[in-house]
Amino acid sequence: MRLSSGNILHALGLTAVILFTLFPFYWMVSASFKTQADILASPPVWLFTPTLDHYREIFADSKVIGAVGNSLIIATATTALAVLLGAPAAFALARYDFRGKSDLWFWFISNRMTSPIVLALPVYILALQLKMLDTHLVLILIYLTFNLPIVVWICTDQFKSIPPDLEQAARLDGADQFTIFRKIYLPLGAPGIAVSAIFSFIFSWNELLYALVLTRRDVQTAPVVATSFMSGYELPWGKIMATGTVIVLPVTIFALIVSRHMVRGLTMGATK
Amino acid sequence: MTRTTSGPNMRPNRGYRRWTPFWFLAPAVLTLFIIGIYPTLFAVVTSFRRYNIARPRDGFPFVGLDNYVSVLTDSTFWASLFLTAKFYVTVLPIQIALGLMIALLLHKTGMGFLKSLARVTLVVPLATTYAVVGLIGRLIFNRDFGVANWFLAVFGLGPLDWLGSQAGAFAAIVIMDIWQWTPFCALIFLAGLSMVPGEIEEAARLETSSKWALLKHVQLPYLMPGLTALLILRSADVLKLFDMVFVMTRGGPGSATDLVSVYIQRVGFRVFDLGTASAQAILLLVITILLSRLYIRVLYKEVN
Repeated sequence: MRLSSGNILHALGLTAVILFTLFPFYWMVSASFKTQADILASPPVWLFTPTLDHYREIFADSKVIGAVGNSLIIATATTALAVLLGAPAAFALARYDFRGKSDLWFWFISNRMTSPIVLALPVYILALQLKMLDTHLVLILIYLTFNLPIVVWICTDQFKSIPPDLEQAARLDGADQFTIFRKIYLPLGAPGIAVSAIFSFIFSWNELLYALVLTRRDVQTAPVVATSFMSGYELPWGKIMATGTVIVLPVTIFALIVSRHMVRGLTMGATK
Repeated sequence: MTRTTSGPNMRPNRGYRRWTPFWFLAPAVLTLFIIGIYPTLFAVVTSFRRYNIARPRDGFPFVGLDNYVSVLTDSTFWASLFLTAKFYVTVLPIQIALGLMIALLLHKTGMGFLKSLARVTLVVPLATTYAVVGLIGRLIFNRDFGVANWFLAVFGLGPLDWLGSQAGAFAAIVIMDIWQWTPFCALIFLAGLSMVPGEIEEAARLETSSKWALLKHVQLPYLMPGLTALLILRSADVLKLFDMVFVMTRGGPGSATDLVSVYIQRVGFRVFDLGTASAQAILLLVITILLSRLYIRVLYKEVN
């Protein structure tokens, strides 16, 4: 390769980008392998003998295990529901024109933009009255407010790209709309559905505000528990960072799988 | 986006009935009504009541517009809105500038492997759990052993009591937000740059050797939709911002990082004044709805 000054600058720039995006992540992971003394060292230690103590500690801690379990149950259930409800809705939006369609879109977009605190207040009171505080169900349902729009958006986009000819052919064979949806749109739209499900899982897994407000002890999710370690005089930094790593690692892997769709997912498709 | 699809909806065929879309939509719409619209209406009702659950003996009487009057005359609420605006105008120009630089680096030809690697790592901050970003911030900006002070020392500065001082805490949440959301800007700009037709870009490169002229006259038009999306989406995101700030600073010290969602959460769930908090939340919702209207008007032209 030609080594011009332009090339070197380009390489340096890209390296800087990689260091910038990975550094905080790296710092968390490396702290999770440091002893408390190494973490508290000033100036910071860059080379150290790694220890697995913090991971041993959190995997023996029923609170952390329980919280990861809760997060898993809630994120999986809400994702399944979002796909179950959202995919048929996306089919209707992709294939039909009807009155109120633009209102529906407006509603989905506003859901993407609204602060969770707006719903957290009334849902807290309602859940208190219905004795649903600290249950999996209340979080599974409330997470649909942001998951359903995402699933509907991505699936509508995907369904629109399916050629209508296929459908015409099936119609001539006498298939009704439900059969067409099941036999043509679901299988051909599977990649879009998978991407939307992954997004829905990531957003649910990462959520803190609703989980903080609507859970007490039994159903605390992983981010809530990780945050709760942040109190007291001497903070267990290694344990906190190990928990953080365990929380972030699965969603990072998921995000890498859908990285090509990241922008679409985060903008509700306003930019392609 | 909703370009009229050719096909079934144009020609009512066998199997198409007026009510078919209804059955496909009903479950989703009904669910959103129960979990979204009903609680919102409930919040509106609550905002007209005195509703302090720390004092249940008072009951929850209707007080008309009292909550709204007290919110609109509450200087703390206005201060939190101004702080949110200040946060927005601080982070966004930096994110746009850095994002554009990164996008141009990734758009430039050559450096295949390094470029793919950088492109992939951009996803990492975006996927990091917001609460964990806050935890990392607590570690990095620690006064005694944080690596931020080590970086300052390299340049002969510091040490700073980041999270213990008003300016330091604000700077710390700004830096963490820049870390997390600059990749978002970069990816949006990169998408815009790749929309420029190859022939046009090459022809322009033959015409001029100035990268600035290329950017301004050829690439900029393709970057505008993304930029508009960013301006609106980021403003909604900043109004929503809670997790990272709550974990890092709880809005403090003093009210140095008391962004609007953090403030409303405290009024609702620390003071338990749900009536006032609901009035604040409804005002926030009004702002958000205006933003959403704008977003749709500008970016989904076909819908209206």
